[in-house]
Amino acid sequence: MSIYSENEAKAILDKVVALSKADECTATLDGSIEGNIRYALNNVSTSGIVSNAELQVQVAYGKRSGIATINEFDDASLKRVVARAEELARLAPENPEFMPAIPKQTYKPTSTFSDKTAAVTPEYRAKVAADSILPCRANNLVAAGFFTDNQKFSALANSKGNFGYQRSTEVDFTCTVRTDDGRGSGWVGRNLGDVSQFSAPTEIQIAMDKAKRSADAKALEPGKYTVILEPAASADLLTFMFFGFDAREADEGRSFMTKKGGGNKLGEKVFDERVTIYSDPADPSAAVLPWDDDGLPRVHTPIVTKGVVDYLQYSRYWGKLKGKDVVGQPGNIIMQGGDKSTMDLVKTTQKGVLVTRTWYIRMVDPQTVLLTGLTRDGTFYIENGEIKYPIKNFRFNESPVIMLNNVEEFGKPVRVLPQEAPIVMMLPPMKLREFTFTSLSDAV
Amino acid sequence: MYRRDFLKTTGAGMGLAGLGMSSLLLPPGARAVPADVLSTKIDVALKKKLATAALEAATKAGATYCDVRIGRYLRQFVITRENKVQNVVNTESTGAGIRVIANGAWGFAASNDLTVDGIVAATDKAVAIAKANSKYQTDPVQLAPTKGVGEVSWSTPIKKSPMEVPLKEKVDLLMSVNGAALKAGADYIRSIIFAVNEQKYFASTDGSFIDQDVHRIWAPFQVTAIDKASGKFRERSGLSAPQGRGYEYLDPTPAGRIALPGGAVVYSTSYDMHADAIAAAHQARDKLKARSVKPGKYDLVLDPSHLWLTIHESVGHATELDRVLGYEANYAGTSFATLDKWRSKNFKYGSPNVTIYADKTAPGTLGAVGYDDEGIKTGRWDLIKDGILVNYQVIRDQAHIIGLPASQGCCYADSWSNVQFQRMANVSLAPGAKPLAVAEMIKGVENGIYIVGDGSFSIDQQRYNAQFGGQLFYEIKDGKITEQIEDVAYQMRTPDFWNACVGVCDQRDFRYGGSFFDGKGQPAQISAVSHGSSTARFNGINVINTARSLG
Repeated sequence: MSIYSENEAKAILDKVVALSKADECTATLDGSIEGNIRYALNNVSTSGIVSNAELQVQVAYGKRSGIATINEFDDASLKRVVARAEELARLAPENPEFMPAIPKQTYKPTSTFSDKTAAVTPEYRAKVAADSILPCRANNLVAAGFFTDNQKFSALANSKGNFGYQRSTEVDFTCTVRTDDGRGSGWVGRNLGDVSQFSAPTEIQIAMDKAKRSADAKALEPGKYTVILEPAASADLLTFMFFGFDAREADEGRSFMTKKGGGNKLGEKVFDERVTIYSDPADPSAAVLPWDDDGLPRVHTPIVTKGVVDYLQYSRYWGKLKGKDVVGQPGNIIMQGGDKSTMDLVKTTQKGVLVTRTWYIRMVDPQTVLLTGLTRDGTFYIENGEIKYPIKNFRFNESPVIMLNNVEEFGKPVRVLPQEAPIVMMLPPMKLREFTFTSLSDAV
Repeated sequence: MYRRDFLKTTGAGMGLAGLGMSSLLLPPGARAVPADVLSTKIDVALKKKLATAALEAATKAGATYCDVRIGRYLRQFVITRENKVQNVVNTESTGAGIRVIANGAWGFAASNDLTVDGIVAATDKAVAIAKANSKYQTDPVQLAPTKGVGEVSWSTPIKKSPMEVPLKEKVDLLMSVNGAALKAGADYIRSIIFAVNEQKYFASTDGSFIDQDVHRIWAPFQVTAIDKASGKFRERSGLSAPQGRGYEYLDPTPAGRIALPGGAVVYSTSYDMHADAIAAAHQARDKLKARSVKPGKYDLVLDPSHLWLTIHESVGHATELDRVLGYEANYAGTSFATLDKWRSKNFKYGSPNVTIYADKTAPGTLGAVGYDDEGIKTGRWDLIKDGILVNYQVIRDQAHIIGLPASQGCCYADSWSNVQFQRMANVSLAPGAKPLAVAEMIKGVENGIYIVGDGSFSIDQQRYNAQFGGQLFYEIKDGKITEQIEDVAYQMRTPDFWNACVGVCDQRDFRYGGSFFDGKGQPAQISAVSHGSSTARFNGINVINTARSLG
C-alpha cells in the first residue's frame, strides 16, 4: 500500500513534526504506483509494477540542517527517522545560505488527478503493446515502445503549521516503428494526465506512416534551412535554454541571460515579439501540483511576454539577497501559438524541412546556448506546400535563443514531455527560418 | 546517452535551472542515512539463507532457472561551491531482485522486504509474471550454459575505503581546492566528491553464491572565468577520471602525474586535485582571450582524457548486441555495426592501427568486477582486431545469436530493484606495438589540433555521425605546438574516423577515462564504465567553429 488519503498522510506528518525537538522541521510524504510495459522487435520484453512511499524529514538547528528519509511509517520508524535527521543536522557544517522553513501557505487545488488513469490494469498495458505490435506485424514493420502510467500523492507539512495534500496521475507513451529492412523509421510520443484521451491504435498510425514514408531518404546539402519543428522536436532545445534562466547564474556573469557589464536581462527584449511563454499550475491541459520543491505556492507566472524576459528564477536565498519577491518555481511551461496544425504550416511553406523529433542534444557553448543534436525518425523535404520526399537526418548546431528570433509562424500548442527533464510543456509546432544544419547522418 | 549536466546544475536552484538533478543524487528507493551506516555490511550467512529460500521457492513454483541479487547500494556526495559546503548526502538502498525463467520466458520482481517471507513472495510474483509473459512470447529464452562457482567473493582492490574517510577530511580537501582555484584567478568553482559502494550478493540455481564489494570514486570540478567588460565567460572542467579505486586516488603520487607537450598536466593512477584546480583557473582565463579556430580539415592528436568518450560513443555503444538486434530502438537506438558486417569478416571499422577490446578485469577501472550480475566470471576479448569488426558484447541469453558457447559477462543492474541487462564493458583502444611517444607523434603533424579533456558530445541513434568538443585545444603547426585556441569541435562519421587513425602511441602513454552516468533502457538505468587508450592521431578530420553571437 503506497497511496495514502489526506487524513492518513496528515496523521503521519503531524506525528513527525511533533516528534522533532529541533528549531524547525519540514516533512514531505510521497507515494506512487507506477506500471509499465516495454516491447521491441514486435514482442513484449518487460512489464512490471513498482509501488513505493517515502517520508523525508528535514530539521534545522540554527543554520545547520539535516535530511533523512524512510519508507516505513510505524511509530518506532517515525522516531528513528526524526532522530537521524537531527543527528545529521548537529554534524553538518553551518550553511551561510540557509533559509528557514516557509510560513503557513494557502494552496489552490489543481486538476492533476484522473480516476481512469489510476485504474489502468496490466490487461490495459498489454493491450497498448498489442495495439502497437499487431498492425506493425501486418505491415512489414517493427515496433519498439514503452508505455508507463502512474498515480501519486504528495503531502507536505512543517513546524510553522503549513500543510498541503494532492493526488496526480500521468501516462507516457513512446513508440519507434522501423521498416523490417531498416530503411525507414518513424516515431510517436504522447504524454497525458487522463488516459481516456489516449488511443494506442490511433497513435501507432502516426509512427507507422512516418516509418513507411521515410524509406529511400535523399541526401540534401547541410546548410541553413527553413524548418518546421514538431513540438517534440523543440522541447529539449527549450529545456537546455531554460537552464540559463537562473537569476544567480545570470547575475554571476555565466549565462546567456547575463547583461554585458553586469546584471541580468530581466525586462529586456531577448526573443521575437511573437514569443510569449508562461507557467500556470492550473492549465487544463498541463496541470501540475500547486506548490514547488520549497512548498511555495505556484501561480500564473509570465516568463517571456512578446519577446521580453519577465522572469528569472530566484532561489529563496538569492531573492532575499537581491530584494526580489520569490514566487513558487514553475512546474510547467506553456508557450502561446496559433490555431494551425503542423500540416497547415507545411502548406504555407515554399521550401523547407519538416522535423519529427530531435536527439542527443548537448550544450556546446553555454555563452550562447549553442546546442548540437540530430534529427531522427521522420525528416522530410517540403516544396510548394507539400511534403515531397524523405531526407537523410541532419546534425544541427543551433541556439534556441537565435531560433526564437528567426520565427516565421507558430501553430497550435500541444502537450509534450521533453526527454532530458521531467517538466510538462505546451508547445506549438514552430516554423523557423535559417536553422543551421552542419552535417549529414547516415543513421535511420 | 551520457549525462554530465548534474555538475552544472548542482549549484543552481532546483526547478527550471536544476532539472534532472534529483534523479542523479537520489536513486529511486534510496534512503538518506547518517555516515556511520555507510561502513557496515549485511551478514553473508543471512544473504545465503534468503537467497536459498528464493531459489527453492522458484523451483517449487515451476521455474527452470532463478537468480537472486541481494544488494546494498551506498552513495555519498559532498557538494561545494567556492567557500561553502552546499550539501552532504548519504544514501542507502537495500533489497532483493529475483529473476526467473518459467515456460521459457523471463519474469522479474523485487522487494525491499529482506525476510524469508518477503523474498519468497517476490519470487512467486516473478514466476507468475514469467508465466503471463510466456503467452505472448514467440521464441523461448536460450540461456548459454555456465557452471556454478560455489561460494566465492571478490572486492575492488582499494587501500582506503572512501566511505570510512571522515567527512571533515573530504570537506577540508574541497575547501582547499576551491580556495586555490579562486586565488589562481577563477571567479567561481564547483567541486564534488562522489563515492559509491555496491555490496552485491548473487545466487543462482546453477550453484553460484557470489559476494562482491565494489567501490568507485570521482572528484569532478568546474572552474568559471569571467570577463565582466565583454560579458564573456569560459569554463574548464577537472581532468581527472572516475575510478574503480579507493580514496587513495586523491593522494597524489609522482607516477600519476603526466606533463604533456604544450604544458597541460593530466593524471592516471592518482590525482592532484589541488594542482589541477590551479591549472584550470589559469587555463580558463587563457580561454577568454584565446584565438578562435579557423574551421577546416585538421590532423587531430587526441589525448586519452579526450579519446575515451569518442571510443565510448562510437565503438562501445555500437557493439552492444542488444542495440544491434533492435531491443533499444525506442530509446538509445540501434547500431550501424550490423550482423552482416560482422559475418563478412572483412568490415573495416578502422585502419590496421585500430585494435579495440572489451574488458571487465583491469584493476582501477569502473567496469572491473570478479563476476557480472548473472554470475559469469569476467574476462577480456577483442571487438575490433587490426581494423576488422570481430565481435560484440553479449550476455547469457544472447550468446547463441553470434554462436558463442558462453556469455562474455556484460550483465549489470544499477539497483536491486531493476532487472539486469546487457551493459557496456570497459572498451579500450590497444596501445601501438611500436615505441612512439606523444612528443614524437606531434613532430610529424603539419597542420593539426591537439585536444585534451572531454567536452560536449553527441552521436546519432545508429552511432554514425558524432560531434565532440574538449577542454583544452592547442594548435600544431609544422610539428610544433603554437598556442591554446578556442571554439573547437570536430564532426565525424564513425568508420571514416577510425579508418583515419594513422598512429597510436605505445603502452607508456596508456591511461583511462570514464563515466559514472552511462544511461540505457526503459525505465532508464545508469552504469559506470572506463575506456583506456594511448594518444592517437587521426588525419583530415572536419573541425567546426562553435562561437556564435546573440547580437
